[in-house]
Amino acid sequence: MPARVVELRRGILEKNDVLAAALRRRFVDAGTCAVNIVSGPGTGKTALLEVLLGRLVAAGRRPAALVGDCATENDARRLARSGAPVRQIVTGAMCHLEADMIEAHLEGWELEDIEFLFVENVGNLVCPSGFDLGEAARLVALSVTEGEDKPLKYPHLFNSSDLAVITKIDLADAVEFDRALAHANVREVAPAITIVETSARTGAGIDELITELAAFRRSLAGDADTQPITDP
Amino acid sequence: MHELSIACAVVDLAARAAGDASVDEVRVRVGALSGVVPDALVFAFDVAAAGTVCEGGRLLVEAVPVAVRCGGCGRESDLAEPLRFRCPACGVPTPDVVRGRELEVVSITLREESHAGACR
Repeated sequence: MPARVVELRRGILEKNDVLAAALRRRFVDAGTCAVNIVSGPGTGKTALLEVLLGRLVAAGRRPAALVGDCATENDARRLARSGAPVRQIVTGAMCHLEADMIEAHLEGWELEDIEFLFVENVGNLVCPSGFDLGEAARLVALSVTEGEDKPLKYPHLFNSSDLAVITKIDLADAVEFDRALAHANVREVAPAITIVETSARTGAGIDELITELAAFRRSLAGDADTQPITDP
Repeated sequence: MHELSIACAVVDLAARAAGDASVDEVRVRVGALSGVVPDALVFAFDVAAAGTVCEGGRLLVEAVPVAVRCGGCGRESDLAEPLRFRCPACGVPTPDVVRGRELEVVSITLREESHAGACR
Protein backbone atom coordinates (compact mmCIF):
# COMPACT_ATOMS: atom_id res chain seq x y z
CA MET A 1 0.00 0.00 0.00
CA PRO A 2 1.51 3.36 -0.96
CA ALA A 3 2.05 6.01 1.67
CA ARG A 4 2.17 9.74 1.17
CA VAL A 5 4.19 12.07 3.35
CA VAL A 6 2.82 15.56 3.92
CA GLU A 7 5.27 18.14 5.27
CA LEU A 8 3.60 20.38 7.84
CA ARG A 9 6.26 22.26 9.84
CA ARG A 10 3.60 23.77 12.05
CA GLY A 11 4.05 24.93 15.61
CA ILE A 12 1.93 22.85 17.94
CA LEU A 13 1.16 25.93 20.04
CA GLU A 14 0.71 28.18 17.01
CA LYS A 15 -2.85 29.09 18.00
CA ASN A 16 -1.53 30.48 21.28
CA ASP A 17 1.52 32.05 19.63
CA VAL A 18 -0.60 33.91 17.07
CA LEU A 19 -2.92 35.27 19.77
CA ALA A 20 0.03 36.22 21.98
CA ALA A 21 1.67 38.10 19.11
CA ALA A 22 -1.57 40.05 18.54
CA LEU A 23 -1.78 40.85 22.26
CA ARG A 24 1.86 42.00 22.28
CA ARG A 25 1.10 44.43 19.43
CA ARG A 26 -1.89 45.80 21.35
CA PHE A 27 0.20 46.22 24.51
CA VAL A 28 3.01 47.96 22.64
CA ASP A 29 0.59 50.28 20.82
CA ALA A 30 -1.12 51.22 24.08
CA GLY A 31 2.16 51.63 26.01
CA THR A 32 1.14 48.86 28.38
CA CYS A 33 4.01 46.89 29.89
CA ALA A 34 2.63 43.38 30.48
CA VAL A 35 4.45 41.32 33.09
CA ASN A 36 3.84 37.57 33.34
CA ILE A 37 4.53 36.49 36.92
CA VAL A 38 5.38 32.80 37.29
CA SER A 39 6.52 30.64 40.20
CA GLY A 40 5.62 27.56 42.19
CA PRO A 41 2.64 27.69 44.57
CA GLY A 42 3.24 29.59 47.81
CA THR A 43 6.20 31.68 46.63
CA GLY A 44 4.35 34.87 47.43
CA LYS A 45 3.28 36.11 43.99
CA THR A 46 0.10 37.64 45.37
CA ALA A 47 1.86 39.30 48.31
CA LEU A 48 4.46 40.74 45.94
CA LEU A 49 1.74 41.99 43.63
CA GLU A 50 -0.16 43.53 46.54
CA VAL A 51 2.86 45.66 47.44
CA LEU A 52 3.69 46.48 43.82
CA LEU A 53 0.15 47.64 43.06
CA GLY A 54 -0.04 49.66 46.27
CA ARG A 55 3.29 51.36 45.64
CA LEU A 56 2.49 52.14 41.99
CA VAL A 57 -0.99 53.51 42.75
CA ALA A 58 0.43 55.67 45.55
CA ALA A 59 2.97 57.08 43.08
CA GLY A 60 0.17 58.08 40.72
CA ARG A 61 0.92 55.35 38.20
CA ARG A 62 -1.71 53.16 36.57
CA PRO A 63 -1.21 49.45 37.15
CA ALA A 64 -3.78 46.67 36.69
CA ALA A 65 -3.70 42.96 37.36
CA LEU A 66 -5.13 39.70 36.09
CA VAL A 67 -4.75 36.90 38.59
CA GLY A 68 -5.09 33.23 37.79
CA ASP A 69 -6.43 31.00 40.52
CA CYS A 70 -7.90 27.51 40.36
CA ALA A 71 -11.10 28.00 42.26
CA THR A 72 -11.33 31.08 44.42
CA GLU A 73 -11.58 34.82 43.93
CA ASN A 74 -9.68 35.51 47.16
CA ASP A 75 -6.61 36.90 45.41
CA ALA A 76 -8.56 39.40 43.32
CA ARG A 77 -10.41 40.69 46.38
CA ARG A 78 -7.14 41.03 48.27
CA LEU A 79 -5.46 42.91 45.40
CA ALA A 80 -8.43 45.18 44.64
CA ARG A 81 -7.82 46.95 47.96
CA SER A 82 -4.89 48.70 46.25
CA GLY A 83 -7.41 50.65 44.15
CA ALA A 84 -6.00 49.23 40.92
CA PRO A 85 -8.31 47.42 38.48
CA VAL A 86 -8.04 43.69 39.18
CA ARG A 87 -9.72 40.72 37.57
CA GLN A 88 -9.64 37.08 38.50
CA ILE A 89 -9.15 34.37 35.91
CA VAL A 90 -10.65 31.24 37.40
CA THR A 91 -8.55 28.53 35.81
CA GLY A 92 -10.24 25.37 37.06
CA ALA A 93 -7.92 22.44 36.42
CA MET A 94 -5.68 24.37 34.00
CA CYS A 95 -2.02 24.20 34.92
CA HIS A 96 -1.08 27.46 33.14
CA LEU A 97 -2.65 30.54 31.56
CA GLU A 98 -3.03 30.85 27.79
CA ALA A 99 -3.20 33.93 25.59
CA ASP A 100 -6.94 33.57 24.84
CA MET A 101 -7.71 33.77 28.57
CA ILE A 102 -5.81 37.05 28.80
CA GLU A 103 -7.58 38.44 25.74
CA ALA A 104 -11.01 37.50 27.11
CA HIS A 105 -10.32 39.14 30.47
CA LEU A 106 -9.17 42.44 28.96
CA GLU A 107 -12.66 43.03 27.58
CA GLY A 108 -13.89 46.47 28.60
CA TRP A 109 -10.51 47.74 29.82
CA GLU A 110 -8.87 50.66 28.01
CA LEU A 111 -5.27 49.51 27.64
CA GLU A 112 -4.18 53.12 27.08
CA ASP A 113 -5.09 53.70 30.73
CA ILE A 114 -2.92 50.85 31.96
CA GLU A 115 0.83 51.39 32.23
CA PHE A 116 1.65 48.08 33.87
CA LEU A 117 -0.48 44.97 33.44
CA PHE A 118 0.56 42.26 35.86
CA VAL A 119 -0.58 38.75 35.03
CA GLU A 120 -0.27 36.36 37.93
CA ASN A 121 0.06 32.93 36.37
CA VAL A 122 -1.01 29.63 37.94
CA GLY A 123 1.45 28.45 40.61
CA ASN A 124 3.39 25.87 38.61
CA LEU A 125 7.10 25.62 37.79
CA VAL A 126 6.72 23.61 34.58
CA CYS A 127 3.68 24.32 32.45
CA PRO A 128 3.60 28.12 32.09
CA SER A 129 7.05 28.16 30.44
CA GLY A 130 5.83 27.29 26.93
CA PHE A 131 2.87 29.66 26.81
CA ASP A 132 3.51 33.18 25.59
CA LEU A 133 0.95 35.66 26.92
CA GLY A 134 2.22 38.63 24.90
CA GLU A 135 4.19 39.90 27.88
CA ALA A 136 7.05 42.40 27.70
CA ALA A 137 8.74 40.67 30.61
CA ARG A 138 8.44 37.34 32.33
CA LEU A 139 9.11 37.54 36.05
CA VAL A 140 9.97 34.31 37.83
CA ALA A 141 9.71 34.36 41.62
CA LEU A 142 11.60 32.14 44.04
CA SER A 143 11.17 32.33 47.80
CA VAL A 144 13.96 31.79 50.31
CA THR A 145 11.93 29.00 51.91
CA GLU A 146 11.96 26.93 48.69
CA GLY A 147 15.70 26.32 48.74
CA GLU A 148 18.56 27.56 46.61
CA ASP A 149 18.48 24.70 44.11
CA LYS A 150 14.99 25.34 42.69
CA PRO A 151 16.38 26.99 39.52
CA LEU A 152 18.56 23.96 38.78
CA LYS A 153 15.53 21.67 39.10
CA TYR A 154 13.31 23.83 36.88
CA PRO A 155 15.66 25.29 34.26
CA HIS A 156 12.90 25.71 31.64
CA LEU A 157 10.93 28.30 33.52
CA PHE A 158 13.95 30.23 34.78
CA ASN A 159 15.58 30.19 31.37
CA SER A 160 12.47 31.60 29.71
CA SER A 161 12.27 34.49 32.18
CA ASP A 162 13.72 38.01 32.01
CA LEU A 163 13.65 38.88 35.67
CA ALA A 164 14.16 36.68 38.74
CA VAL A 165 12.73 37.93 42.02
CA ILE A 166 13.78 36.30 45.28
CA THR A 167 10.88 36.77 47.70
CA LYS A 168 10.59 36.65 51.52
CA ILE A 169 14.18 37.87 51.85
CA ASP A 170 13.32 38.98 55.42
CA LEU A 171 13.27 35.27 56.29
CA ALA A 172 16.68 34.55 54.74
CA ASP A 173 18.59 34.28 58.01
CA ALA A 174 15.88 32.26 59.74
CA VAL A 175 15.98 29.57 57.05
CA GLU A 176 19.76 29.88 56.50
CA PHE A 177 19.24 30.86 52.90
CA ASP A 178 22.53 31.02 51.00
CA ARG A 179 22.04 34.10 48.81
CA ALA A 180 25.27 33.77 46.86
CA LEU A 181 24.45 30.15 46.02
CA ALA A 182 20.88 31.06 44.98
CA HIS A 183 22.16 33.81 42.68
CA ALA A 184 24.76 31.47 41.20
CA ASN A 185 22.12 28.79 40.59
CA VAL A 186 19.75 31.22 38.88
CA ARG A 187 22.59 32.41 36.63
CA GLU A 188 23.59 28.81 35.88
CA VAL A 189 20.29 28.28 34.06
CA ALA A 190 19.66 31.88 32.96
CA PRO A 191 23.00 33.68 32.59
CA ALA A 192 21.56 36.97 31.32
CA ILE A 193 18.77 37.37 33.87
CA THR A 194 18.40 40.29 36.31
CA ILE A 195 17.97 39.25 39.95
CA VAL A 196 16.17 41.36 42.58
CA GLU A 197 15.74 40.41 46.25
CA THR A 198 12.46 41.53 47.80
CA SER A 199 10.31 41.32 50.89
CA ALA A 200 6.62 42.09 50.63
CA ARG A 201 6.54 42.37 54.40
CA THR A 202 9.32 44.94 54.88
CA GLY A 203 9.12 46.50 51.42
CA ALA A 204 12.79 45.75 50.78
CA GLY A 205 13.74 45.67 47.11
CA ILE A 206 10.34 46.80 45.83
CA ASP A 207 11.62 50.14 44.53
CA GLU A 208 14.47 48.37 42.79
CA LEU A 209 12.01 45.98 41.20
CA ILE A 210 9.84 48.87 40.03
CA THR A 211 12.91 50.50 38.49
CA GLU A 212 13.59 47.28 36.55
CA LEU A 213 9.95 47.07 35.41
CA ALA A 214 10.05 50.69 34.26
CA ALA A 215 13.08 49.82 32.14
CA PHE A 216 11.05 47.09 30.43
CA ARG A 217 8.26 49.59 29.82
CA ARG A 218 10.72 52.06 28.30
CA SER A 219 12.05 49.38 25.98
CA LEU A 220 8.52 48.55 24.71
CA ALA A 221 8.63 50.87 21.71
CA GLY A 222 10.99 53.66 22.59
CA ASP A 223 8.30 54.87 25.00
CA ALA A 224 9.69 57.83 26.93
CA ASP A 225 8.84 56.74 30.45
CA THR A 226 10.97 59.29 32.22
CA GLN A 227 8.58 59.97 35.07
CA PRO A 228 10.07 58.80 38.36
CA ILE A 229 7.87 56.04 39.75
CA THR A 230 8.68 56.21 43.41
CA ASP A 231 9.79 59.00 45.67
CA PRO A 232 13.53 59.09 46.15
CA MET B 1 1.87 18.10 32.78
CA HIS B 2 -0.40 19.25 29.97
CA GLU B 3 0.82 16.66 27.46
CA LEU B 4 -2.76 15.57 26.74
CA SER B 5 -3.74 19.03 25.49
CA ILE B 6 -0.50 19.17 23.47
CA ALA B 7 -1.39 15.75 22.01
CA CYS B 8 -4.88 17.01 21.15
CA ALA B 9 -3.32 19.97 19.31
CA VAL B 10 -1.05 17.56 17.40
CA VAL B 11 -4.01 15.37 16.41
CA ASP B 12 -5.97 18.45 15.41
CA LEU B 13 -3.19 19.75 13.12
CA ALA B 14 -2.65 16.29 11.62
CA ALA B 15 -6.35 15.64 11.07
CA ARG B 16 -6.88 18.97 9.32
CA ALA B 17 -3.99 18.25 6.95
CA ALA B 18 -5.11 14.68 6.35
CA GLY B 19 -8.65 15.38 5.24
CA ASP B 20 -10.37 12.01 4.82
CA ALA B 21 -7.18 9.94 4.72
CA SER B 22 -6.00 7.87 7.66
CA VAL B 23 -2.83 9.02 9.39
CA ASP B 24 -0.19 6.33 9.75
CA GLU B 25 2.50 8.37 11.39
CA VAL B 26 2.99 11.83 12.85
CA ARG B 27 6.49 13.20 13.27
CA VAL B 28 7.03 15.90 15.86
CA ARG B 29 10.06 17.78 17.14
CA VAL B 30 10.19 18.42 20.86
CA GLY B 31 12.89 20.70 22.23
CA ALA B 32 14.39 20.00 25.65
CA LEU B 33 13.32 23.50 26.75
CA SER B 34 9.71 23.08 25.60
CA GLY B 35 8.67 21.63 28.95
CA VAL B 36 7.03 18.69 27.18
CA VAL B 37 8.05 15.15 28.13
CA PRO B 38 8.29 12.95 24.99
CA ASP B 39 7.19 9.70 26.70
CA ALA B 40 4.14 11.39 28.21
CA LEU B 41 3.31 12.88 24.82
CA VAL B 42 3.47 9.47 23.11
CA PHE B 43 1.19 8.03 25.77
CA ALA B 44 -1.25 10.92 25.46
CA PHE B 45 -1.26 10.70 21.65
CA ASP B 46 -3.06 7.33 21.65
CA VAL B 47 -5.76 8.76 23.88
CA ALA B 48 -6.10 11.95 21.80
CA ALA B 49 -6.12 9.98 18.51
CA ALA B 50 -9.01 7.70 19.47
CA GLY B 51 -11.99 8.25 17.20
CA THR B 52 -10.05 10.47 14.75
CA VAL B 53 -8.22 9.80 11.47
CA CYS B 54 -5.09 9.43 13.61
CA GLU B 55 -6.45 6.42 15.49
CA GLY B 56 -4.00 3.54 15.28
CA GLY B 57 -1.28 5.85 13.97
CA ARG B 58 2.16 6.27 15.49
CA LEU B 59 3.71 9.35 17.00
CA LEU B 60 7.43 9.68 16.32
CA VAL B 61 9.18 12.17 18.56
CA GLU B 62 12.46 13.71 17.55
CA ALA B 63 13.92 15.07 20.79
CA VAL B 64 15.93 18.24 20.15
CA PRO B 65 18.68 18.93 22.70
CA VAL B 66 19.35 22.49 23.83
CA ALA B 67 22.09 24.11 21.77
CA VAL B 68 23.82 27.35 22.70
CA ARG B 69 26.19 29.67 20.89
CA CYS B 70 29.08 30.75 23.04
CA GLY B 71 29.77 34.48 23.21
CA GLY B 72 33.35 33.67 24.17
CA CYS B 73 34.61 31.14 21.64
CA GLY B 74 31.76 31.43 19.14
CA ARG B 75 31.20 27.69 19.05
CA GLU B 76 27.72 26.18 18.85
CA SER B 77 27.26 23.15 21.11
CA ASP B 78 24.55 20.90 22.50
CA LEU B 79 24.04 20.99 26.25
CA ALA B 80 23.86 17.81 28.30
CA GLU B 81 21.21 17.23 30.97
CA PRO B 82 20.85 18.44 33.66
CA LEU B 83 20.89 21.78 31.89
CA ARG B 84 23.62 24.26 32.80
CA PHE B 85 23.96 27.18 30.43
CA ARG B 86 27.71 27.13 30.01
CA CYS B 87 29.71 26.53 26.87
CA PRO B 88 30.86 22.88 27.06
CA ALA B 89 34.04 23.85 25.22
CA CYS B 90 35.27 26.86 27.20
CA GLY B 91 33.05 27.03 30.30
CA VAL B 92 31.74 30.57 29.73
CA PRO B 93 28.05 31.25 30.68
CA THR B 94 26.01 31.16 27.47
CA PRO B 95 22.51 32.69 27.43
CA ASP B 96 22.23 32.48 23.62
CA VAL B 97 19.93 29.50 22.92
CA VAL B 98 19.90 28.50 19.24
CA ARG B 99 17.84 25.29 19.53
CA GLY B 100 15.76 23.47 22.09
CA ARG B 101 12.49 25.43 22.29
CA GLU B 102 10.90 23.57 19.35
CA LEU B 103 7.43 22.14 19.61
CA GLU B 104 6.23 21.39 16.11
CA VAL B 105 4.59 18.88 13.82
CA VAL B 106 7.15 18.14 11.10
CA SER B 107 5.14 15.85 8.82
CA ILE B 108 2.41 13.26 8.64
CA THR B 109 2.33 10.05 6.68
CA LEU B 110 -1.01 9.15 5.16
CA ARG B 111 -2.26 5.68 4.41
CA GLU B 112 -3.58 5.77 0.85
CA GLU B 113 -6.69 3.60 0.84
CA SER B 114 -7.12 1.72 -2.41
CA HIS B 115 -10.61 2.09 -3.84
CA ALA B 116 -10.14 -1.13 -5.84
CA GLY B 117 -10.28 -3.01 -2.57
CA ALA B 118 -6.78 -4.44 -3.00
CA CYS B 119 -5.48 -6.34 -0.04
CA ARG B 120 -2.55 -4.97 1.92
